[in-house]
Amino acid sequence: MNLPRRCLFALSAALVLSVPGWAAADERPLTVLTWGGDFTRAQQVAYATPFTEATGYPVRLVDVDSPTALIKAQVASGNVTADLASVGQADADRLCAEGLAEPIDPAILAPGADGTPAAQDFLPGGLDDCFVATDVYSTVIGYDATRVGAHRPDKLADFFDLDAFPGRRGVLKEPRFTLEMALMGDGVPPDRVYAELSTPQGLDRAFARLDSIRDQIVWWEAGAQPVQLLADGEVAMTMAYNGRLFAARFDEGRPFAILWDGQVYEIEGWMIPRGAPDVSAALEFVAFSTAPRPLARAAEQLSYGPPRVSAQALVGRYKDGVTELAPHLPTAPENLRSALAVDAGFWTDHDAELTERFTTWLAGD
Amino acid sequence: MALPTYATPLERAWHWAYLAICTAIFVFLIAPILVIIPLSFNAEPYFTFTDRMLALDPDGYSMRWYDSLLTFGMTRPDAPRDAAWWADVWANAKWVNAAKNSLIIGLFSTILATVLGTLAALGLARPEMPFRRAIMAVLISPMIVPIIITATGMFFFYSNPCEALTWIGLSPQCGRLAGTYLGVILAHATLGIPFVIITVTATLVGFDQSLSRAAASLGANPRTTFFRIIMPLILPGIISGALFAFVTSFDEVVAVLFIAGPDQQTIPRQMWNGIREQISPAILAVATLLVIFSITLLTTVELLRRRGERLRGVTPR
Amino acid sequence: MATPLDPHAAIVTHAAGQGAAAEARPNAQGVLLTTADGQPLARALTRSRRRARRQAFLLVLPLLAFVLITFVVPIGQMLQRSAKNPGFSDNMPQVSAWFDENPRGAVPDEAAFAALAADMAAAAEARTVGIVGTRINYELPGTRSLFTSTGRKVARGIEPPHREALLEMDPRWADEELWTAMRNASTPYTSSFYLAALDRTRDSAGDVARVPENRQVYVMLFQRTLWLSLLITGLTFVLGFPVAHLLATLPMRRSNLLMILVLLPFWTSLLVRTTAWIVLLQQQGVVNDALVWLGLIGEQGRLQMIYNQTGTIIAMTHILLPFMILPLYSVMRTINPSYVRAARSLGATSWTAFRRIYFPQTLPGLGAGALLVFILAVGYYITPALVGGSSGQLISNMIAMHMTETLNWSMAAALAALLLAGVLILYWLYDRLVGIDNLKLG
Repeated sequence: MNLPRRCLFALSAALVLSVPGWAAADERPLTVLTWGGDFTRAQQVAYATPFTEATGYPVRLVDVDSPTALIKAQVASGNVTADLASVGQADADRLCAEGLAEPIDPAILAPGADGTPAAQDFLPGGLDDCFVATDVYSTVIGYDATRVGAHRPDKLADFFDLDAFPGRRGVLKEPRFTLEMALMGDGVPPDRVYAELSTPQGLDRAFARLDSIRDQIVWWEAGAQPVQLLADGEVAMTMAYNGRLFAARFDEGRPFAILWDGQVYEIEGWMIPRGAPDVSAALEFVAFSTAPRPLARAAEQLSYGPPRVSAQALVGRYKDGVTELAPHLPTAPENLRSALAVDAGFWTDHDAELTERFTTWLAGD
Repeated sequence: MALPTYATPLERAWHWAYLAICTAIFVFLIAPILVIIPLSFNAEPYFTFTDRMLALDPDGYSMRWYDSLLTFGMTRPDAPRDAAWWADVWANAKWVNAAKNSLIIGLFSTILATVLGTLAALGLARPEMPFRRAIMAVLISPMIVPIIITATGMFFFYSNPCEALTWIGLSPQCGRLAGTYLGVILAHATLGIPFVIITVTATLVGFDQSLSRAAASLGANPRTTFFRIIMPLILPGIISGALFAFVTSFDEVVAVLFIAGPDQQTIPRQMWNGIREQISPAILAVATLLVIFSITLLTTVELLRRRGERLRGVTPR
Repeated sequence: MATPLDPHAAIVTHAAGQGAAAEARPNAQGVLLTTADGQPLARALTRSRRRARRQAFLLVLPLLAFVLITFVVPIGQMLQRSAKNPGFSDNMPQVSAWFDENPRGAVPDEAAFAALAADMAAAAEARTVGIVGTRINYELPGTRSLFTSTGRKVARGIEPPHREALLEMDPRWADEELWTAMRNASTPYTSSFYLAALDRTRDSAGDVARVPENRQVYVMLFQRTLWLSLLITGLTFVLGFPVAHLLATLPMRRSNLLMILVLLPFWTSLLVRTTAWIVLLQQQGVVNDALVWLGLIGEQGRLQMIYNQTGTIIAMTHILLPFMILPLYSVMRTINPSYVRAARSLGATSWTAFRRIYFPQTLPGLGAGALLVFILAVGYYITPALVGGSSGQLISNMIAMHMTETLNWSMAAALAALLLAGVLILYWLYDRLVGIDNLKLG
């Protein structure tokens, strides 16, 4: 009886001691909530490591599934552990309006490379009361160039054209991005999309467009899924985040191509939860990471566009050392021609309603 | 299940059809679990048998997915595999850390559930126990209440455990349990308790109370009676209850999703991420290891059950 | 363990000794039965019984307290959110007071708009106007930005008359529906979320009405959850019954061996089994490959068996099957085969003997298994989330969505409360019919 008990004790002790942060608390690092995968890696390389080198302040990037739910719970209970979070513009807008975020004064931000004040250097929507943009990501159509034959899709409408381009379609299981794309695929110009979506007829039109390809849809939720679906041949074309498609093409050599027509982009950036343990360090990190050089550096890792004019000029080559990134960014001028910016205000108003309608529609199988 | 000699031809035919149906159902039960084992040795990143695998070509098989369980998350996966490499594995590899977390959380929640559960089962087994049925119903309910409801409740409660005290007019702050090991351990202990209660009370049903009376009449104090008489007899029940509690914790993902922090990544949570995001054969390698693990546990429980029945003199059913 | 396990054993012995002595004297003389130390027997017995009860209870108490604190209280606290959402009433006190003073249907006057303006200015200052907007948005979609934008403007200053000033900022402030929504939200305790969870809402007259058809989702999901759970229970019965019967009738040694085939899935991680089904059923998976190889389907005709309802049904049936087989088996083991033989010898066909004699005896096991499978199926989350696609989602997935995505926690709580009520009724039924004590594992 004695020996096994001692073994058990030794084993548990070894396990306990091997877990960081259990036995001894280190110096508390700046805790940053972020999205995981390549995105976290890019932020580590472009922001966190240089920040620690410059200031000596350790940074810990933490991957979470749903930063907004976590922040709301933490702030509501007065028990905040995160100093900073990477969120979409719409979420930041909402958290800010509900008093769950610390305001960020744009005056603390670094000026552009040519001395332009930050407020003029950022893209429209890049700065808000509690929000500073770090990147522009985009939902685009991706396809496997080796599978579509000689005739390549060249417009968003082709995604909805099952006759010309047969095969299953990967679609994001959320109303956001999906309804916008359905309308644009039905011929609505980008600047009319939200006006249409605000009317019952416009909504019906979007759902009717989705109905037309419904039997061929494979739904996805997490960012890595569509790329996987494409790689496995489960779909012929899919909605996907541009960065994921880019990485699959240049890191893994997949023959994936991006259709930029009708891309829907959203701005992502930092927000500080109200009552964060170290607001001043968080602000310092925000200012550091949103200077043009780190933003360009992050874009080089991931192909998400930098949200500052002066940073765009600084973007060089991808980490493979050959690929020029500029034409692969959502913010490249030729890619922006028929692009749509997500309207954060529209979605804060209609998210719940459209999610219900979308779910009802989905369930009507 | 021999066929009686007076069976008609129709009955004979039905008998064989019946055996065929049963075989098919057994295949349905077990095949999915067995299929993933060879697939985890696939040399290609696919979830199906490649031609080379079917031809039993050794090149069609590889250990690469098992290897990736070690290297995933390492800082320098390509370094030579010396002591420093293994230290890197131990400290940084995500699956290794997940396994450590699962074991720690499983171990402590099991101890908690088993100790509390056994005590309670002893009380519940007494004929004098008041409100036996109602209390039993409450103690078993964590197994019955949908896990999403439990996890949602815990999500709020563990963010600020003292918030409930505002009901009685206090407004204290007492730290948080969400995102801590303690929080996950408490949650998993709660979920494991019903299993301990069920198995230990089942063992106590067959327990002959006159044995403890005999011990008492021979001068043993209650402590001695418990450890020398009762404990050895119900130990198989306690251990299988503990194993159930451990497996519950080891397999639990919803509560972890809602209340654990990034430090408490467990194996199921890591699998959940893997399945939702990038399902690679590495998941199958983990699954295979877990199947081997469950076979071990199953064997242990079966042996214990038989031993328990022998000890208590219950004839095997 | 502070006392002997059976505390009144000693007393009973004493009492018995005394009792024997007492019997010698007739009781009619009014002599009390007493214990060795002269206590009245009845009182001694009561006391010892009380002590035994207390000791038994003390053994259970730590666990009971633990479960109450870590399980019952959190769920209670969560459910409170389903009926309580002070997002509007806390932050808009003056408007809420106006609603209290004026009956439903009263047209908002200048006082109402003045109260609104004052509250909005205060809320904008406190940065809580978004909470108010979010709360009203639940009642009337599309109004959140109305509150935030008006809040911003009011904070810059507003002059009376307030009605005109507010309408100037946004004409929607005159909307009757908006005022109805605000009235519905003006008390901290509300039935709105329960109504919404049943696809209902409260119209301007205060009557319960259905939401537009294209937003009626929850009732349908409850129905689907029920229907799928029933279907899965039926499937586990159809598949479990023959297997349990075979196991129960085979000789012990062989049935123990086959039992492993049932117990191994039971002990295998849920996620492993779900993964296994993804691997088997996906389009480029093993089953489709086998079908193509056999020539049953063409390369283009690969079946879609996962990420839809079919996937949910197959995977959940597999996962819950042992919960049906085990109780059925333990009941079937106790059925005496001679009854069926007797029926046969009296001329019953094997079908009649099965139907009239054997099957009725399996009903307790069937009831236990079916209820357990149904209860577990109703609350399933993981498997539908991973393999359900869009048509295989259950109500649990909706609760999770409101928790983590829309952040409408009151709604999540209301859905959870309805689901919980259903499960508890089934649990109560299970306790009545089967008894929780008879729950067995493995």
